[in-house]
Amino acid sequence: MTVIDEVRALIGVAQYEETGEFPVERSYVWTMCASVENGNPLFWDDDAARDITGGPIAPPTMLSVWFRPHHWAPGRTGEHLPLKVHFDLKERLELPEAVMTDNTMVFHEPVRPGDVLSTRQVLRSVSDEKKTKLGTGRFWVIDVEYTNQQGRTVGVESYTGFGYRRATDPGGADGGAP
Amino acid sequence: MSRPAPVLVFGDVAEGDLLPSLHHDVTATTVVLGALATRDWRPMHHDKDFAQVRNGTRDIFLNTPNQAAWFERYITDWTGPHGRLGRVVFRMRDSVFPGDTMVLDGAVSEVTVDDTGCGWVGLDITLSVDGDVKSTCSARVALPVDDDDNPWRRGADRWKP
Repeated sequence: MTVIDEVRALIGVAQYEETGEFPVERSYVWTMCASVENGNPLFWDDDAARDITGGPIAPPTMLSVWFRPHHWAPGRTGEHLPLKVHFDLKERLELPEAVMTDNTMVFHEPVRPGDVLSTRQVLRSVSDEKKTKLGTGRFWVIDVEYTNQQGRTVGVESYTGFGYRRATDPGGADGGAP
Repeated sequence: MSRPAPVLVFGDVAEGDLLPSLHHDVTATTVVLGALATRDWRPMHHDKDFAQVRNGTRDIFLNTPNQAAWFERYITDWTGPHGRLGRVVFRMRDSVFPGDTMVLDGAVSEVTVDDTGCGWVGLDITLSVDGDVKSTCSARVALPVDDDDNPWRRGADRWKP
């Protein structure tokens, strides 16, 4: 089996399943709303939240925040790398540089303070080799699925990445982001 | 207490409608607040020396998840709290720095009702600085189709984002 066949065998397979380290925090919702001056009453006015959304919710676009840990926690070792499947692909396909070309978020059941969310990553596709302005490489699509403690889907993020080797740098020094 | 009325209902919206522009003067505080709010501790979002030396940018810059939050705020400022986001697709082209005045503009690209009776509005939004587009976002947001409809009360079988 070639490397690309091995990689493609992972298409549709759930990887890196994890449960959030802490429940969805209401104070973090306020921190987020303050950062963008979001005055939506759903997040600030309990009566409005009760009448419209059946109680407080978190802003839908905060989906990925719940899996980015606090900067420090007692006893934690090692660094938490989000989107591990992306970094695995770069490594296995020996593509030192990568860019994210677009990001889609689809929102299902609302996320509420106190929810404990789980996530998993699913590789959806890996293209054949393509030549672009940046260099030669492959495009891939990775879904990050989020569920709540009842097992209901709260959202799915899809990332399209392009991993490549620079045209002028066939050896490929690492350092590209992300 | 009476139920709050929707700010905007589906029938108020037509393809081609423009959303009011939002202007915001970005400062280092804006960037750092946004990074903190999304728990993005990478130094290029709070350490100017790092951003200049390691990223080759002129300053620290807004991170992606916080830009998503700006787009969400822009959309729900327009719809009011009954507007329920179904989907956003965004694409970053260039960075936004302290000292920039970012401008969000949006237009209605589509109005449709799906087979569950949910009213969807498609939006094309740009985030630009001095007329240069830095990020784009296409969004799909549900609005109440009538007084009895509330997109937030739609269960999984009646919610097709």
